[in-house]
Formats: sequence, C-alpha cells, structure tokens
Amino acid sequence: MVTIEPTTGNSVAMPNGARIVVPGALAACRALLGRDFVLAWRRRGELFLPLLYAVIVAALFPFALGPDPRLLQRIAGGVLLVIVVLAMLPALESMFRADLEDGTLEQWLLAPQPLALLALARVMAHWLTTVLPLIVVMPLLGALLNLPAIVLPVLLLALLLATPLLVLLGAVLSALTAGARRSGILLALMLLPLAVPVVIFAAGAIAAAQSGLPYLAPLAWLAAALVLAIVLAPLACAAALRIAVES
Amino acid sequence: MSRSYLPHWMHWLGSPPNFYRFAGAWQPWLMAAALASAVIGLYGGLVLAPPDYQQGDAYRIIFIHVPSAWMSLFIYAGMAVAGLAALVWRVKLAEVVAMECAPVGAAFTFITLLTGSLWGKPMWGTWWTWDARLTSELVLFFLYLGVIGLYNAFEDRRRGARAASLLALVGIVNLPIVHYSVVWWNTLHQGTTVDLFGKSSIAPSMLWPLLVMALATHLYFFASILGRARTGLLSLESGKQWVRALAAEQSP
Repeated sequence: MVTIEPTTGNSVAMPNGARIVVPGALAACRALLGRDFVLAWRRRGELFLPLLYAVIVAALFPFALGPDPRLLQRIAGGVLLVIVVLAMLPALESMFRADLEDGTLEQWLLAPQPLALLALARVMAHWLTTVLPLIVVMPLLGALLNLPAIVLPVLLLALLLATPLLVLLGAVLSALTAGARRSGILLALMLLPLAVPVVIFAAGAIAAAQSGLPYLAPLAWLAAALVLAIVLAPLACAAALRIAVES
Repeated sequence: MSRSYLPHWMHWLGSPPNFYRFAGAWQPWLMAAALASAVIGLYGGLVLAPPDYQQGDAYRIIFIHVPSAWMSLFIYAGMAVAGLAALVWRVKLAEVVAMECAPVGAAFTFITLLTGSLWGKPMWGTWWTWDARLTSELVLFFLYLGVIGLYNAFEDRRRGARAASLLALVGIVNLPIVHYSVVWWNTLHQGTTVDLFGKSSIAPSMLWPLLVMALATHLYFFASILGRARTGLLSLESGKQWVRALAAEQSP
C-alpha cells in the first residue's frame, strides 16, 4: 500500500518496471471540478432553466393569491425557500447518471483517491453550477414578492447554509437512484423526509428575522448540520455509488 | 475452517431452503397466536374496559391506534437492522426480510394515520393538525414509501434491495432529527395544543387490553414477515435446485 501525497502525488513503480505518477487526492478533486465546470459551461443554456423555473413560479404566486402587498410580504420568505428547493430537484437526478452510463463511475471506484472525496468534489461542482445562480437571483425574486429588505440578508444566509446541505443529502439519493430505471418523482419522494428539518430551520430563521426576533439560533443549527453532512454524506454517497456500479 | 463470530444456528437459518422450512413451520402458529390475542385484546378493549370519563367510547380507537403506532417504529427499526445485515454481510435472507418489512410497516403507519384522523375529527374537531407527532408519523410514512419505491425502481432485485437498505439506514439517522426539529418548529409557532394522554396515567382496565393488542400486532408482524419472506425467497431463488426440488415434490 502506497500513501499518496495529497497535493503533489507520488511516483509509483509498476510491475513491469515503469514508473507512473499517481495524482494526489486534492489534485484529483481539482481536475474533477475543472472538468465539471467546462462541461457546465459548454451546456450553459441548461443552467438558466432552474432560474427560469424559479422566476415563473414566483410570478405565479401573486396571480394565485392576489397582489395584496401585505399578504405577499408575509409569505415571501417561505415561498422563496420552497421555490429554491423545488428548482433544485430536477438537476439532482442527473448528478451521477451520465457518469454511470459512460463508465466514468467505474474509474472513480478504481481510482486510488478516496471515492467519498471525489463525490464531495462533484457535490461542490453541482452546487456551484446549478444552485448558486438561484441564490444570486434571490434579490430579484424577493422584489417580485415584496420581501422586506431586512429579511433578504437572512434569507440569503439561510439559503447559503441550507442548499449545500440539501445538495449533499440529494447526492446520496441521486447516487442511489443512478442505477434505477426511472427516478423523477421517486427522488422527490425520498428527498422530502430528509428536507423537512432543513426547511424548518431555514424557514425558522426567516420567520424570526421577519418578526424582529433573534435569528441566529436556527442558522447555527443549519451550520452545525452542514458540517456534519460534509463529513457523513460523502461516505454514504460513496456506499451508494458502489451499489450503483456493482453487479 | 475459518472462525466465525456468529452462532451456528444463524448460519443455518440464513440459508434459504432452511429458512423456507423453518418459516413454513412457525408461520401458522404465530398467526394463530396473533389472532387469539387480538380477539382477547379487542374483547377487553371494546367490551370490558369502561368508557373514558372525558372521551366516552371514542377513546377505544387507541386499542388499534397505539399498537399500530408502536409497530410503525418497531418495524422501521427491524427493517434498518435487516438492511444493515444485508449491506455488511450480503445475506440474501436479510435483503428479503428488510424489503418485506417495508410494506407491512407502511400499512401499520397508514393505519396509525387513518385511525388518528378518525379520532381527531370528533375530539379535536379536525381531521389533521400539524402536531409534532402527527407530522413525524407522516414523514415516517413517506420514508417507507421511498424505500418501497426505490426497491421497485431497479431491474435487479438484489441491487434494489441493497440500495433501499441504504436508504432505510439514512432514514433511521434522519428520523430523530425530523422528530426533534418538528417539536422545535411546533413550539416556536403555537405551543403544544394537544397532549395525547395528559398527565393522568392510563387505568389498568384500559392498559391490559392495550398491551395484549401490542402483543397481537407483534405476533402478526412476525407471522406476516415469515410468510412474505418465504414467497420472496421462492421468487428470488426460482432457478435454484432446492426450489425445483420443492416444485417437483408438490406437482403430481
């Protein structure tokens, strides 16, 4: 067993006498992130679809509930939170599917770098490319729904903590469904129970900010859960990927 | 011979043909015991126990509701343990048992929600309220449905069983988090509206039928899981020698 330097990598002797350089874990993650960014950029039209979806749903609420500014102001925080969760769902499904179909995942399993770390890199790339744009347009959607200006920073902070958590949880489920025939609604059904606490705490912070109460406690809970999930979810995700690839 | 940390009978029972015969021998007796204790428990609960001084006869639904609620959690725990065995030791029997637990557990959870809602209408005046317990039970129901759905989404049943077992394990980590977050959420918004039993402890004349009903539901669960696991094994192993021998034995 060779230990691999995380940043520089190691030169390893092969049975036939040749030496090859095995990249370290961090170098592998960097390469993976770079590949995912290039792929996302080549298909940049797709990146706008969740944004469009969020804008359409946000615009539908005033039509359904009437344009009363006070009503919209009261529900805006919770509505925006739910919109973000729903807009994240379709992209989650394809997180590992293409890599399973073209055999990339098998290379992940064979790679000397830990699978959980590679999965974490994929989660990071996914969050940066598909979820971060949603958070960036939140001020715009907030304006559409009359969100009070003092609530906006809390909403953004809550989303910055809650969405990585949801992507981490979603990655486990996405890896589980990667080898299945169909997922779509199934993924939503599986994510719902896991998303309940996240939504409760994020909405708790927003509601507290809206009524002028201290809002740090629910945010601290979200941050604690995020730290826990960064450690545990990649491990579960790696186990799920092994199930998806084998057989 | 390699050393094993499991007792011999576990290896013996883990083999599908042995389990098939064992389950076939025990299943009718367990089912009979379940029916007998259900009859005793229901008679004690519906006839012998006195009406409640506040709720009258409406409280009698707890003899179905509470044992079902206990079972919904018990079966989930059983499913997770079987799922862990399926993932770690790749025991085929554990996969089958874990996956056969899910529909039974989902049924008990559904009965809990249904009877709770039937009781809630005359008592609380509403079919549904976002009380912490109700919400946790609903989330549990969705967890069961997710496990069943994931299992059925795979072509290969063994792979589906392993994936769904992992989901069951994720769910069991999630369940306490959901419960406490829902309690926190509910107290943040409106405070506890309903205390199911209040401070008064339950009277012995009402307690014993409840415990007998709990025994009945446990026995029913074991009987039903043995029966379901038998058919599950038969269809999973349908190409194997022992199933062919069994089929040859039974066809004239």
